[in-house]
Amino acid sequence: MAEKAKNSTKAPKSYSAEKLAAIESVEQPDTPVMVNVDHVTKQFRLKKTISLKDEFVRFLLRRPVPDRGMFTALDNVNFTINKGESVGLVGLNGSGKSTLLKCISGVQKVDGGHIETRGHVAGLLEVGAGFSNDLTGRENVYLNGAILGMTKEQIDNAFDDIVKFSEIEKFLDTEVRFYSSGMYMRLAFSVAVHSNPDVFLVDEVLAVGDEPFRRKCAKKIHELKEQGKTLVIVSHSTDQVLQFCDRAILLSHGKMMADGNTEQVLSVMLGREVKK
Amino acid sequence: MNGSKKQKSTEDDSLGDLTTPGQSKGLLSVFHYRYLLSLIVQKDLRVRYRGSYLGMIWTYIKPLTQFFVYYVVMGIFLGLSKRGENYALYLFSGMIVVNYFTETFRVCTRSIRSNRGLVKKIYLPRELFPVSSQRVAMVHFWPQVAILFLFCVINGWFYGVNWRHIVAIVLGFATVSVFGLALGILFGALNVFYQDAENFVDVINMLSPWLSPIMYKASVVSAHLPDWLMHIYLLYPVTASAELFHYGFWYPTTDQTEALSSHLLLNGGIGFGIACVLLFIAEAVFKRLDGRFAQEL
Ligand SMILES: Nc1ncnc2c1ncn2[C@@H]1O[C@H](COP(=O)(O)OP(=O)(O)O)[C@@H](O)[C@H]1O
Ligand SMILES: [Mg+2]
Repeated sequence: MAEKAKNSTKAPKSYSAEKLAAIESVEQPDTPVMVNVDHVTKQFRLKKTISLKDEFVRFLLRRPVPDRGMFTALDNVNFTINKGESVGLVGLNGSGKSTLLKCISGVQKVDGGHIETRGHVAGLLEVGAGFSNDLTGRENVYLNGAILGMTKEQIDNAFDDIVKFSEIEKFLDTEVRFYSSGMYMRLAFSVAVHSNPDVFLVDEVLAVGDEPFRRKCAKKIHELKEQGKTLVIVSHSTDQVLQFCDRAILLSHGKMMADGNTEQVLSVMLGREVKK
Repeated sequence: MNGSKKQKSTEDDSLGDLTTPGQSKGLLSVFHYRYLLSLIVQKDLRVRYRGSYLGMIWTYIKPLTQFFVYYVVMGIFLGLSKRGENYALYLFSGMIVVNYFTETFRVCTRSIRSNRGLVKKIYLPRELFPVSSQRVAMVHFWPQVAILFLFCVINGWFYGVNWRHIVAIVLGFATVSVFGLALGILFGALNVFYQDAENFVDVINMLSPWLSPIMYKASVVSAHLPDWLMHIYLLYPVTASAELFHYGFWYPTTDQTEALSSHLLLNGGIGFGIACVLLFIAEAVFKRLDGRFAQEL
């Protein structure tokens, strides 16, 4: 176990260096920088709480102080995203994608470097993060809208569209605890896309709902792209990344391995040829 | 690659400047989010009374039960009601201040943890959570004030009241609110790292009805404490607020001959000052720790 951990920190899943070098960078549009990730480092403490009991036992048994070492989740990550770009953030589990999105949205603070964003940034880091089971669908639309930075008037105006898009008209005045998971996610996603952000951070939530709804989401994402919105998308679905993103950033153990053409980055990551 | 930074800035003026995410003006930014604040308060109340038939009626039942226990045991069995006029009003006016304080302290301390789903996923000024929790405590406080006021009026409050009593009530409410919020913010932040905070707060809350002159009079204490300690006792913001409420609500219903603790309004003012300083310190600590909330929860 320990052996394995050590190995993996020394040699991150080795992507072929030549192939990485061969990835073409994507030319950024001539628009303002929306997200500036400047040499960002993020560390976590490994063991969190120590209790008095632990300390006492350790003292009695004369054990050494446990390793409270730091774990580097993001290591000198550096890139900018301009207005109108949609960038895919790819990498294996634990490579730091979610951590990076949390830092961009301001939920977590970076330890080194800095991050700047422009305009209204909305994170869809987890479907329905702001939902409360004890409120009805209608009430949750208002609560979640306000959480995502909308005013009451904005929610009032967007309300019909939100409901229509989510297809839950009949259950609007039912508490969401009685929703099926698909309905729940549709409503949450619907509120998020209607909150009209300038930068939209999406973490593995595009796979919600059934096939027709996924198509609808895809259409909406394309619409947002056409409106010149900026998107940062984390997805396990190679198809989705290919479909939405012109540019991809590959993370491995917190390090940025590549930044460029989506097809090429995905090919290197998966070790096989990927085409649109 | 960064060459485009400054270009086209005119076209996209509405987007504003590059800013560091996750920064807020702290407590002041809560004002900007007042619509969200009201929705969170509604949500908290809904969660509290979900599946409840009596609902908000519980906010009347609980303090009245508590009042009757105190009244029967302290007032009748131990005979405190014979020492001075309108003991029931004296008891109730102090009790609701302490109840408001203990509830504020308890719910604010738990507020960050109980909203961890949001704290971990979406950036909001985190002061929103203790502040909204205090609003919930206030929603429970107002009905008690209404009951108190009703009984004060029945007992001739209007015949004895003057502007100093009104000032006392307002100052008392302000002091206990600021003090409760200050402690709630401080312990709410600490509770993210060590859940011992919650238990510590429960202990303080258990002591609170005995620590301030609620069932007994402050004059009883002065016989047992040296002068300097008595000053501290009276300046403790919860005590100061309870005394202000006694003065504002109970006192006008009496013949106003009973000796009060000296400098009551002055003590109240100093208590308020202490509470404000504490709020300032608590907010500073909260802001220092706030950046680590999401990853520790
Ligand atoms: N709050 C946290 N405390 C400690 N370690 C964390 C925390 N959040 C994430 N990590 C660690 O950081 C690494 C990156 O996690 P994450 O960003 O969630 O990866 P991904 O989203 O790419 O799968 C993981 O090894 C994870 O265990
Ligand atoms: Mg993830």
